[in-house]
Amino acid sequence: MEHFIALVTKPDNVPILAMLFLIPYFMWLSYKQARQTDKTGVPSDAALNDKVYVWPYLCRNEFVCAIIVMLVLGIWSITIDAPLEEPSDPTKTPNPSKAPWYFLALQEMLVYFDPWIAGVVLPGFIIAGLIAIPYIDINPKGKGYYTLKERPFALAVFCFGFIILWIVLMIVGTFLRGPGWNLFAPWEKWDPHLVVPLTNVNLSYLFGIREAATANFFGFAVVAGYFALGPIFYFWKRGTSRFLQELGLVRYVIVSFLFLSMLALPIKMALRLGLKIKYVWVSPWFNI
Amino acid sequence: MNEERKGLKEKITKSDIWRSIFRHGYENTGRRYTLQVLQNVWLHLHPPRVSRHALNFRFTWCMGGITFLMFLVTAVTGVLLMFYYRPTAEYAFRDVQYLEFDIPFGMLLRNMHRWAAHGMVISVMLHMFRVFLTGSYKKPREFNWAVGVILLLVTFFLSFTGYLLPWDQLAFWAVTVGTNMARATPGLGHEGPFAPDVVTQANDVRFALLAGTIVGPSTLLRFYILHCVAVPLLASVLMALHFWRVRKDGGISGPL
Repeated sequence: MEHFIALVTKPDNVPILAMLFLIPYFMWLSYKQARQTDKTGVPSDAALNDKVYVWPYLCRNEFVCAIIVMLVLGIWSITIDAPLEEPSDPTKTPNPSKAPWYFLALQEMLVYFDPWIAGVVLPGFIIAGLIAIPYIDINPKGKGYYTLKERPFALAVFCFGFIILWIVLMIVGTFLRGPGWNLFAPWEKWDPHLVVPLTNVNLSYLFGIREAATANFFGFAVVAGYFALGPIFYFWKRGTSRFLQELGLVRYVIVSFLFLSMLALPIKMALRLGLKIKYVWVSPWFNI
Repeated sequence: MNEERKGLKEKITKSDIWRSIFRHGYENTGRRYTLQVLQNVWLHLHPPRVSRHALNFRFTWCMGGITFLMFLVTAVTGVLLMFYYRPTAEYAFRDVQYLEFDIPFGMLLRNMHRWAAHGMVISVMLHMFRVFLTGSYKKPREFNWAVGVILLLVTFFLSFTGYLLPWDQLAFWAVTVGTNMARATPGLGHEGPFAPDVVTQANDVRFALLAGTIVGPSTLLRFYILHCVAVPLLASVLMALHFWRVRKDGGISGPL
């Protein structure tokens, strides 16, 4: 327990504690408004043309908000000191070594994927995917107000990515990872000598494949098959789904590829934690 | 007496000097409210009028504004911190210690800078969350969303480059862990897949970031310049673009 308390009271982890309250609060706030809109309908044009002067009304709001925020920041700065540890020493590696808190979701991903995927490719997809959102989301509804009913898929995907894959992984990486990047429950004592038997095997091994070239082909087939789910779904549903017709092939390819890449993370996590799978695809050049 | 004072006031406010500084009076009319915004350099990014729901905290969460405020706080406290800090391996840590123990309000200054930076990371993430939940990235605001995504990255990078500067164990190893990923960049990192043989740890992307094969004195200088000059400039340019586009794309989003 003492290690967990030490982590929670670390000054640099205050933002994560704040997020623990802020995220549920804003989820609740937006949910309430979304329910309201879904029940009473989108506000009419007349209500929206109700304009007010920026000075004094908006400027006053900004001013009051700024004062409150500065007050919070002031109290935070007076009561909690920024951390300063020993002078840097390249020969003394702390265990665990952690990146700044906002990168801990990425560091947590390193458990499940090799660095070139977890540290470079997936972050690249996150950035590209975020930028692509307005261009692939062709649903004209739900612009400028909270709603659940009018865009359930977009909201579900984004909230899953943001809350589960970013915030929760960040919290796990910060509070539950100890020496050797092993998982420690809050009440457990950190044991720096803890030996976790690594009995992970590759997916091909589980299927009885022992030969490298066959395993390579098998892994390729599994990964290719996984990403082929996108096109298969498209050609299966294209005839009947108006949505797919409106989306078009190019947008669909991007959406399905990004969506499947995102889902690959929880799938790999489940494979690792549930079936002790190390790699799905082992090739001479890279492992996935 | 009262008459006299009124006359004097009139004389001052009607004088050429006064009117060269203040272009409008202070009467409670719509015209003055408009001029107040249009003729003020600090307020002129605002339109004269906004729809009523833009004032609603429940709608905007104020998160964009808070992010900007945090940026301003870090800029002001950051400039003050630069007076006391030398970005060299010999002095960096000692300067931070000196700042904490010997400079009046030095600790408070450092705390404000660090917590405002963390606050900015929080508020920028929540801002993005709000903009997504309200669907505010939709036409015609697609491009501004993209600018916002880049600004999110810039915020992370600002915070990350600043993380190294205290030059303590926390800073050193957090940045070591963070930049180690760059080793594995496909094609461009020496441990990444598809890297040609000419890519070694002395010329890959990680080397470009660290100015060395490990985090060292030249990394400190590099991160210092990125943190204090290059990235804030980039952030300012992008913020100007971001705010401008908010205005040009029809102001704060609403159901239209």
